[in-house]
Amino acid sequence: MEPMLSVKNLTVKFPTDDGMVAALNGMDLTLNRGETVGLVGESGSGKSVTSQAIMGLFKESRAVIDGEITFEGTDLLALSEDAMRPYRGKKIGMIFQDPLSAMHPFYTVGAQIAEAYQVHNKVSKKAARQVAIDMLGRVGIPDPKRRVDNYPHEFSGGMRQRAMIAMALVCEPELLIADEPTTALDVTVQAQILDLISDLQAETNSAVIFVTHDLGVVAQLCKRVVVMYGGQCVEQASVRQIFQRPSHPYTRGLMASMPHLAGDTDRLTPIPGSPPALLALPKGCIFADRCEFAKIVPDGRCLNMRPELIVEDDHAVRCHGHELKLIDETSLIGAGS
Amino acid sequence: MSAPLLEVTNLTKHFPIKGSMGRTVGAVKAVDGVSFTLEKGTTLGLVGESGCGKSTTGKVLMRLLDPTSGSIKLDGEDITGLKGKQLDGFRRRVQMVFQNPASSLNPRQSIGAAIASPLVEQRIKVPGGIKAKVADLMDRVGLRPEHANRFPHEFSGGQRQRIGIARALALDPDVVICDEPVSALDVSVQAQVVNLLKDIQADTGVSYIFIAHDLAVVKHMADDVAVMYLGKIMEQANKRELFENPRHPYTRALLSAVPSVDLDAALTERIRLGGDLPSPSNPPSGCVFRTRCPAYELLDEAGKQRCSTEVPAGAMACHFPNAPLAATVGA
Ligand SMILES: Nc1ncnc2c1ncn2[C@@H]1O[C@H](COP(=O)(O)OP(=O)(O)OP(=O)(O)O)[C@@H](O)[C@H]1O
Ligand SMILES: Nc1ncnc2c1ncn2[C@@H]1O[C@H](COP(=O)(O)OP(=O)(O)OP(=O)(O)O)[C@@H](O)[C@H]1O
Ligand SMILES: [Mg+2]
Ligand SMILES: [Mg+2]
Repeated sequence: MEPMLSVKNLTVKFPTDDGMVAALNGMDLTLNRGETVGLVGESGSGKSVTSQAIMGLFKESRAVIDGEITFEGTDLLALSEDAMRPYRGKKIGMIFQDPLSAMHPFYTVGAQIAEAYQVHNKVSKKAARQVAIDMLGRVGIPDPKRRVDNYPHEFSGGMRQRAMIAMALVCEPELLIADEPTTALDVTVQAQILDLISDLQAETNSAVIFVTHDLGVVAQLCKRVVVMYGGQCVEQASVRQIFQRPSHPYTRGLMASMPHLAGDTDRLTPIPGSPPALLALPKGCIFADRCEFAKIVPDGRCLNMRPELIVEDDHAVRCHGHELKLIDETSLIGAGS
Repeated sequence: MSAPLLEVTNLTKHFPIKGSMGRTVGAVKAVDGVSFTLEKGTTLGLVGESGCGKSTTGKVLMRLLDPTSGSIKLDGEDITGLKGKQLDGFRRRVQMVFQNPASSLNPRQSIGAAIASPLVEQRIKVPGGIKAKVADLMDRVGLRPEHANRFPHEFSGGQRQRIGIARALALDPDVVICDEPVSALDVSVQAQVVNLLKDIQADTGVSYIFIAHDLAVVKHMADDVAVMYLGKIMEQANKRELFENPRHPYTRALLSAVPSVDLDAALTERIRLGGDLPSPSNPPSGCVFRTRCPAYELLDEAGKQRCSTEVPAGAMACHFPNAPLAATVGA
């Protein structure tokens, strides 16, 4: 079966005063109907740019885009801004990283949800208001009849995030992109929101791309994980594979640097070095200068040649060492225990 | 037995709420009766949800804010009422590392000058010269001393946090209050900074108050942990005790809310707190946690009555620590 969404070799560059910022450098991602995929990676690795590109938010910007974004058989990159509109908000919903900036402070929460609905559905104001009330109830806002007339600042952080989810889901999109929807929240509120997203997802069978840098959240919510580094997918696999047998050296590093609530480790193992400079990317593997395996791969290949994303069964890895079978699958670092 | 390095007793900090005509109409009870001790060379972790009073506690300990009541003793000496010169002397011994490394550094000041600033402000005579001291501090936190003339924007988030740590260490303090020092950092950078803080402690015997909302990081850093809710400490214990055998319903709820990376972990307890945090200007009577407590709903009338009227005290501030918990509470 064709995947619902397929992103292939996507590049996004931003012209800036200092030169071209290469935010995405051949990004790949596939998503099936009803599936929840976690998109993880360090700050600046291109998670939000990937989400924004799928939403078609760069159509009228100076960003230089190349590659392929196919959604249900349609090439989204080829669409004009006008042709994109029925997709944005209707077929593809998005929860933004910063709920305060995504909601207008001068309009009531209810009016904003109602408007999101009316953009794509021809209904009366009164009917749209009722939809907003129902939606607020569905995302667990107590007393929605009264709360519908509140302004965003009258909501707590957790309630605002719920309202954002209501706004993104009011048109029942087939794909929901949630960009770090819980990062700014306390764990207790985060737990409520994660429960809510799983429940709604089970109810509507929509597919979800969940952007986060919290691997615990991924383990709880997702079946599959896409790990990003330097604007590329470096590994894509089932949650179990990623947590128990990570292949890419970056994924392994991420696992080892994480403190665990279970077990006792005296020292964490950080990844040495710092993230790549997107203004001047190396010609070889983008992770090579931080990678302990680059030394054992012959011919200085890691420094001179970009590795391809090699797909085997449901597991994709972009690494010369892995491709040449030089990295021992069983030598496990971090991950649980 | 000698006095603990730091002893905090019944500390409160209330911020007055002014109505029209400048009259005080109420108070935000940001810190409301906090007590703990900190021994030399150890770390106390301070955790709890946003707004529970962690940073305010830190600022009062630093004497950046005056406490409303209670006492703070350093090496047995009460420093609660210190002023002027004596306060300066105290400040030398207690330093702070802030959450946001970017905003706590002046963008127009070289990082060498930033690290030297506590020495200059306190007019400290450094035997080998300030330059050498700064180079030594930079070396200690893993920064290259030849970068002393560079400016904050030339450094990454993790490096800026190292600059903040070097500055806090300039006066060889006894206590460093770390207010969410790694919350804004990626896990791999976070691991570097956490290791650095531990290494410094092993070298110098400095004590930390480590404020964070990430329980896994606190578990890694702290010897003892205090869990705060609405300005009060709910439970306070040795780290091992607290994480392996949490007793307060709030601690248990907090721990069960942390998403686990262990895919095969049995879902033992899954306690969801409903509702919102009450306002610290109008906290519930009796036990402040009762309105969200997963044990409260299942108590009989007499139990509920007790929770609504009596404030629980002690290191485990709960009237019914062994009561059964409801799985989910509230809306
Ligand atoms: N409009 C823009 N102009 C120039 N550079 C940009 C723009 N948007 C993003 N970038 C850059 O592209 C890179 C990827 O950014 P992106 O926001 O996708 O990161 P991210 O993975 O979402 O990080 P975070 O975890 O911090 O949200 C960053 O270096 C960012 O500075
Ligand atoms: N200067 C002030 N004036 C009035 N109220 C204040 C002031 N500083 C803090 N507060 C209030 O005191 C309470 C405790 O705030 P504090 O910053 O100590 O919380 P925190 O536990 O550090 O939270 P976070 O995790 O969000 O940093 C909050 O309700 C806050 O709004
Ligand atoms: Mg982002
Ligand atoms: Mg704080």
